Amino acid sequence: MSRETGADREADDASASESEPERTRLASDGGRHPLFLPLILVGGLIFGFGLGFSHMARPEVVLDFLQFDDLGLPFVMFGAAIVTGIAFAVLPRIRDSAPLTGDPYERRLKPFDRNVLIGGAIFGVGWGLSGICPGAAYASLGTGNITILWALAGMFLGAYLQGVLRQ
Amino acid sequence: MVADPVALQIAAELFPNGISRYAVGGLLVGLGAVVIYVGTGIPAGASTFLESTLSYVSEQSRFQQYVGSRDWRLVFTLGIILGAFAFAATVQSGLVTTSLYQPGSTGSLYEVAGVTLWTTSVQPWRLFLGGILVGIGTRVGKGCTSGHGVCGVGSASKTSLVGVVTFIVVAIATAQIVAALGVHP
Repeated sequence: MSRETGADREADDASASESEPERTRLASDGGRHPLFLPLILVGGLIFGFGLGFSHMARPEVVLDFLQFDDLGLPFVMFGAAIVTGIAFAVLPRIRDSAPLTGDPYERRLKPFDRNVLIGGAIFGVGWGLSGICPGAAYASLGTGNITILWALAGMFLGAYLQGVLRQ
Repeated sequence: MVADPVALQIAAELFPNGISRYAVGGLLVGLGAVVIYVGTGIPAGASTFLESTLSYVSEQSRFQQYVGSRDWRLVFTLGIILGAFAFAATVQSGLVTTSLYQPGSTGSLYEVAGVTLWTTSVQPWRLFLGGILVGIGTRVGKGCTSGHGVCGVGSASKTSLVGVVTFIVVAIATAQIVAALGVHP
């Protein structure tokens, strides 16, 4: 595949920046704080431990929720959302910017359009069929679930197909 | 206080594994996202990793736009895998025990070098096909269960709330149909 022209790239960036506004802030590796990647790793470790502990890394438990056999899943999603919600609300009031990036604490809201419904519905069919979503799939691999590589292969293929077709 | 036996029975039916493992796990997932947000200002989601990692192997501008974040997204995902392994090596292996954790009986356990690992009974074709749809859907719909479900809902983003309601309702319908067709687990 040949490299796109500057104009194409710019146009694509403009449309994509709506959904991914944070990427430009880290576009260059230069000047990154030495603790940036270590902190990301620590955050990921806690995140992954939580997905393991909550059994969201087990597709069966997600399917049990969707089939109304065990209604525990909302406690995970909303428990996590309450914690992030407190941080999102409190941090901008006590500090102007994040220490490792200098970026302001702000809500980065994704614009609503038809794609949120279409994509959400496609995601829902896949999630309901398999019981697996991206973060939980990574965590599932960590708990020893080699079979989940089928789901990860599928996710990469799906993201690739979507990216190529959108081009 | 005497608990109502009928209420207890209903709770046991709706929550056969209790709620503590879900609530504690959810708080940890939120804490992991908050640690990253406090230090960097980034509300992290798990699914952009798919596209950002594809930028290592594809020149498509759709993926190349994530070159700037692909290394930390790889580190985040590596952290998730290692964090889940730490859970397997401690709580799942019985090295650490807590009344907050219900082991359950899904899938099957196996041992490697003293660590209790776990594997799913969900059929590979479902994982693969479901994975493809999840991969397409999360990119079209601008987020997944962590980006929309945890960070978006935490931001009180209307877009994310609509996204979450959409995929939960569709997923419930799908899972009910799949089960009704006799496909288990």
